[in-house]
Amino acid sequence: MTTVDMTPATNKSNSPTNPRRRVYLPNTKYIPILATLTLLLIMYFTGVANYRNFGQPSVVVNLFRDNAVLLVVAVGMTFVIITGGIDLSVGAVISMTTTLTATLLAGGWPPLVVLPLVLLLGALLGAGMGAVIHFFKVEPFIATLAGLFLARGIALFINQNSIPIRDKLWKSLSEYRIVLADGVVTKVTSVTAVVVVLIAAAVLAWTRFGRNVYAVGGNADSALLMGLPVGRTKIAVYTLSGFCAALGGVLFSINSTSGWALQGQGLELDAIAACVIGGVLLTGGSGYVFGSLLGVMVYGLIQTIITFQGDLNAAWTRIIIGLLLFGFIVLQRVVTRRAK
Amino acid sequence: MGEPSPVLEMTGIRKVFPGVVALDGVDFRLFPGEIHALMGENGAGKSTLIKVLTGVYDIDGGDITLGGAAVRFTGPLQSQKAGVSTVYQEVNLCTNLSVAENIFIGREPRRLGRIQWGLMRKRAAELLARLDLNLDVSASLDTYSLAIQQMVAIARAVDVSARVLILDEPTSSLDASEVEQLFKVMRRLKEEGVAILFVSHFLDQVYEVSDRLTVLRNGKLIGEYKTAELPQVQLVEKMIGKELAVLDDLENKAQRTRAKTAEAAPILSATGLGRTGAIAPFDLTINAGEVVGLAGLLGSGRTELARLLFGADRADSGTLQIDGKDVTLRSPQAAMKHGIAFSSENRRTEGILGELTVRENIILALQASRGWTRPIPRRKQDELVDKYIKALQIRPADPEREVRMLSGGNQQKVLLARWLITEPRLLIIDEPTRGIDVGAKAEIQKLVAELSDGGVAVLFVSAELEEVLRLSHKIEVLRDRRLVEELENTEGVDADRIMQTIASGATS
Repeated sequence: MTTVDMTPATNKSNSPTNPRRRVYLPNTKYIPILATLTLLLIMYFTGVANYRNFGQPSVVVNLFRDNAVLLVVAVGMTFVIITGGIDLSVGAVISMTTTLTATLLAGGWPPLVVLPLVLLLGALLGAGMGAVIHFFKVEPFIATLAGLFLARGIALFINQNSIPIRDKLWKSLSEYRIVLADGVVTKVTSVTAVVVVLIAAAVLAWTRFGRNVYAVGGNADSALLMGLPVGRTKIAVYTLSGFCAALGGVLFSINSTSGWALQGQGLELDAIAACVIGGVLLTGGSGYVFGSLLGVMVYGLIQTIITFQGDLNAAWTRIIIGLLLFGFIVLQRVVTRRAK
Repeated sequence: MGEPSPVLEMTGIRKVFPGVVALDGVDFRLFPGEIHALMGENGAGKSTLIKVLTGVYDIDGGDITLGGAAVRFTGPLQSQKAGVSTVYQEVNLCTNLSVAENIFIGREPRRLGRIQWGLMRKRAAELLARLDLNLDVSASLDTYSLAIQQMVAIARAVDVSARVLILDEPTSSLDASEVEQLFKVMRRLKEEGVAILFVSHFLDQVYEVSDRLTVLRNGKLIGEYKTAELPQVQLVEKMIGKELAVLDDLENKAQRTRAKTAEAAPILSATGLGRTGAIAPFDLTINAGEVVGLAGLLGSGRTELARLLFGADRADSGTLQIDGKDVTLRSPQAAMKHGIAFSSENRRTEGILGELTVRENIILALQASRGWTRPIPRRKQDELVDKYIKALQIRPADPEREVRMLSGGNQQKVLLARWLITEPRLLIIDEPTRGIDVGAKAEIQKLVAELSDGGVAVLFVSAELEEVLRLSHKIEVLRDRRLVEELENTEGVDADRIMQTIASGATS
């Protein structure tokens, strides 16, 4: 769905005299994403063949339930990485959001005030980091590392312990079940994550802001000379990533009906890994939200398989992700080199 | 005269940088529907004038009027809005985006905030068709050659604002047929009334395409001329401000010194030296004080051959003798120990370290050959650097200036100085004069001749046959990664003769 803008099928009528496009070979841009899709299908059908009940729809639906937070965070990360940046602060922003949410709710704040407030805070922190990156020409790695410490510090300052949430709205959101089909139910958090993916994909493909994100990642100097708002775009993607992280934090607090300052440690790295596995180029300029979705699914499916297997150490998730990352980074290199 | 009024008029433009007057009372006019060449040596003020015109620099004095109204640009965006667009030598587009996007990004047709991709592609195709280009507008730009990318950049520029188009060295990385295509586009735009400012180092191109030219020298206006009324020789004289006697003097020198070098002892001799996939086995002998020219088309194996002799690549067949002894060059360091120096073709990426100063760049190779544990004393450094800045006339003559601030020709001289300072016995120079102006070219050629007089052997690699012919004692002609002929540079040998060899090897 996100790739509609690039598919040659939609514009064949434009260039009848120029059949340069190969129909049978995928564009090099899609190779990483197709590789991930193939991998995902292989993993899925291996699971179906080997484990009882793996083929039930609930397995797929639960993937979204279990990875809703990661998915939302990865969407924000995708925008940042396409501009050629990186956001290390997202895990810490999640912990800050959950702690703040739980504390405020415990303090009797109305939930409909708390919700926009924490989302705004996440976005503001992101905007701040984006501004530092743009105006002071600071490396995104360093600026967002500072953001990481700041957000984690604020969370720990508020409360070092896990805080339970007893708010009615949070409770009901946590318990609400959406019936998709007979025996297949999902939660509000999964639906939110899917909606975020769809909106983000549409924004990237069909808005000026989305295209500017690609332009900035392709060549920021050129983008500037072409008159594009490079600074505004950069700040916007970090704002968006901060917002997504805060939203992830809200989903987390709904899922667990608690807030904890040590929540989401290392989640930024999971999100980056998901993006890379999903074919988002770390050097910027290329990638799709749909790819990051596939990356998250690969991540989740590995965990599902390990659960089904039963006698495997959970450390295998990390080992396999590590190997996959190596594989996909090499693939990206090969593909970009061939495109040159 | 009954001329139409100029679309752009600059009068008395003055621009001062700390310590340098870059533009000193320069006037410049541009008429609609003309191609106007801006000529001058490196450092004459061409780039500064263009940057003033595009709003990158603010001016310290003078007036600019565009379409009759006084303007003062504060940035590239503003000048673009007023109708002045620029296409630079390095194409400033986003190659990861599609052709259509590159033309329309920032100005995409939208409905309710949603980009109308179909309409955008249709418009892009129409716009390109006007310039006689038939491209798949949805393909990403990096699937097309640099020449096409440049034309897409031009398409964007004229679509954004079609009054004044500045082309800054658009042809320096294009081959002949691509240049023709570009000129066709330029003429088409001229007919549509666009005023084009064209900067190029290639005099032939300037004469082929431009109607009028303005010459700058040392930040001052020398004059504005009709191209057809100014002979090339006079143009060059105006640009460099001195007679071309230097060059004429070189003409016969190669032949004069020939007798001497033919009998000199060979420094280097290669027998059946080759590397699979890079260059077929070849024999080559280079004597002391001899200038050996390597001629051949781009990709014929010129650079590959040179790299073997410098140890940058390892030979997988044949033998190499230096001073009569068999050697294997495992690395450039090994070659440097034998007194071989290599000045790279790619000064930006392989040679010059832009962030370092002129002094640091010059001293680099000498320091490397001494080993890093024995630093060269600062006083010695200054002495050496001053000597070479003077000898090569590097401008500005400031050893502490960062090299990236220097013009292309001067960067090339710094690179040469780096190798000369190691006092090599064989200097390999790959394309030393590409992308630099006539004056600097002449100086570098003169330098090669002087080195040869001083007993240094030079292997001179250049795409310009005239240059090879002027300087070389003997010429090695390469074709399809094979050394096909060795020619003594005697009376009968001229460019036609060499081109014949390059062409007639066409057996495969």
